[in-house]
Amino acid sequence: MIAEDSVLLRVGLVKVLETAGFEVAAEVGDAQALLTAMAEHRPDLAVVDVRMPPGFTDEGVRAALEIRERWPDTAVLMLSQYVEERYAAHLLASNTSGIGYLLKQRVADVEEFIEALRRVADGGTALDPQVVAQLLVRRRSDPLERLTEREREVLALMAEGRSNAGIAGALVVSESAVAKHINNILAKLDLPKADADHRRVLAVLRFLGV
Amino acid sequence: MTLPPRLRRALVRVRRDLLFLAAGVPLHGIPPLLFCWACLHLADILGPGTTWGTLGLPIPVTLLVIAAYGLTEAQRWRFRALCGVDLPRLRFRESKRQWAYNCLIGPLFGLLEALLLAVLAAALTAATSLLWVEALGWEWRVNHFGAWTRAGYATAAGLLVLAAVPALAGGLVRLENLVGRAVLHVSRSEELQRRVEDLTTSRAGAVDAADAERRRIERDLHDGAQQRLVALALNLGLAKATLKDLPPEARQVIDEAHRDAKEAIEELNSLVRGLHPAVLDELGLDAALSGLAARAPLPVRLWTDLPERAAPAVEAVAYFVVSEALNNVAKHADATRAEVTVTRLGEILRVVVSDDGVGGADPSGGSGVKGLAQRVRSVDGAFRMSSPVGGPTTMTVELPCTT
Repeated sequence: MIAEDSVLLRVGLVKVLETAGFEVAAEVGDAQALLTAMAEHRPDLAVVDVRMPPGFTDEGVRAALEIRERWPDTAVLMLSQYVEERYAAHLLASNTSGIGYLLKQRVADVEEFIEALRRVADGGTALDPQVVAQLLVRRRSDPLERLTEREREVLALMAEGRSNAGIAGALVVSESAVAKHINNILAKLDLPKADADHRRVLAVLRFLGV
Repeated sequence: MTLPPRLRRALVRVRRDLLFLAAGVPLHGIPPLLFCWACLHLADILGPGTTWGTLGLPIPVTLLVIAAYGLTEAQRWRFRALCGVDLPRLRFRESKRQWAYNCLIGPLFGLLEALLLAVLAAALTAATSLLWVEALGWEWRVNHFGAWTRAGYATAAGLLVLAAVPALAGGLVRLENLVGRAVLHVSRSEELQRRVEDLTTSRAGAVDAADAERRRIERDLHDGAQQRLVALALNLGLAKATLKDLPPEARQVIDEAHRDAKEAIEELNSLVRGLHPAVLDELGLDAALSGLAARAPLPVRLWTDLPERAAPAVEAVAYFVVSEALNNVAKHADATRAEVTVTRLGEILRVVVSDDGVGGADPSGGSGVKGLAQRVRSVDGAFRMSSPVGGPTTMTVELPCTT
């Protein structure tokens, strides 16, 4: 299910999704049509643009919240020209599983975008690094100051919703090193240890004030 | 037939002056007529003392009072439309001057205007008397011996007077202007107060118009160029992902194009983001600032305390201040970190941007800082900058938000 008002991009998105092996049930151009199509097709994943007609403000966010309320099992990936931490907070307020919020331009890095799509479709989280950066600028002298530079990088990647393997790949280190960093971070920030990835994301995001 | 320009201009001027004077006759004539009407009633009361005199008296008196004030507006119209002179609008308080003009000075001018128009009519008649004599025919001329001569004198005199009319009319118009301006003026302080009110309103309009224009540009770029660029980058990305068996040169070209497209998106995003982000309208200053801070090329700490939203114009200026200040820090300060603090205390929104850079920034120089100060002033804000050589630099902006 794709909701995007720019026809050009919609065509591109369909191509990317089909390349990744997803089946596109419907594609629409505004929030109202999105909800109608959702009720009809009940897809597993909705890729939704934030700014859509008629108001071109945050229709996509509101539609996404309604989708999560009416069909809680549906994964939603929001795309936007600019990401705003406030919208992320709205989206992640109830739970973080099966939610993604990425800059539109991330679609251009096809492989990474498909990886994020799969993560969200499987009930994980995919937050844009920009969102995490925005969450981090708002912190003043607090436990975060106690983290080393490396630990801060790991924390940001954790907040994006990446798995240990994903973090290890991004930083080019071994998974065991990542696990050690994560343990240190959770200890320094007084966060509970969690086995499941999305529980860990939830804890980190709550700590960052989402 | 075309008239020489000087003559044409003179004719236009005479016509305009005469129109102005002609319009003055009824306007100046109304108060004396009403006064006469009231006097008739008074005479009736003092004389035979009938009831209709007593009952009828309030009518002309009321009309006279209305005229004393209402005619001022009519005169303003006459001066503006027919003479191009903009007299100030007088308030009710300024009644003494309005009475004086409409009921005392005005009627005198009315007399002069009527006199001039009468002279004009007489001169026109006299100047054409030869034609009349010719039209009356031969028989009449025989019975009135010497009519030709007399008509000739009359025509000459009429033409002389007609030649003097433009000067007379122009003189009277100038005199009316002088007196009108002298009597129907407003006091200096009142005039200044009005001017300030006018300027405040028009400046607020200009600020809002500029904000609206920024919003429109942001929207147009978002719906147009930015979507196209993303679609372009996406297609190049797809090509990269799917065309695995290309020769290395072709792959390299696609790689470079892909990278360029992504950089173009980044650049355009940063530029448009500085204009007027949609989130600023929707969620306010607090929500919009984290995007700015996160996009800066150096670590920025953001601290906000905004219990309520300010007016859109003030939010837009505050946003611009932070955006521009962070740009300057990134470009010139050579800083390792910056701090942005935005707090609202009562009716003052305070924005402080500081960095640990090399300092030496000149608040009067540099187009960036200057533009910043100008925009702060556009909403009556205060701008201070402290930047000793060697740093640190602190910029403080205080914006009034009267709710």
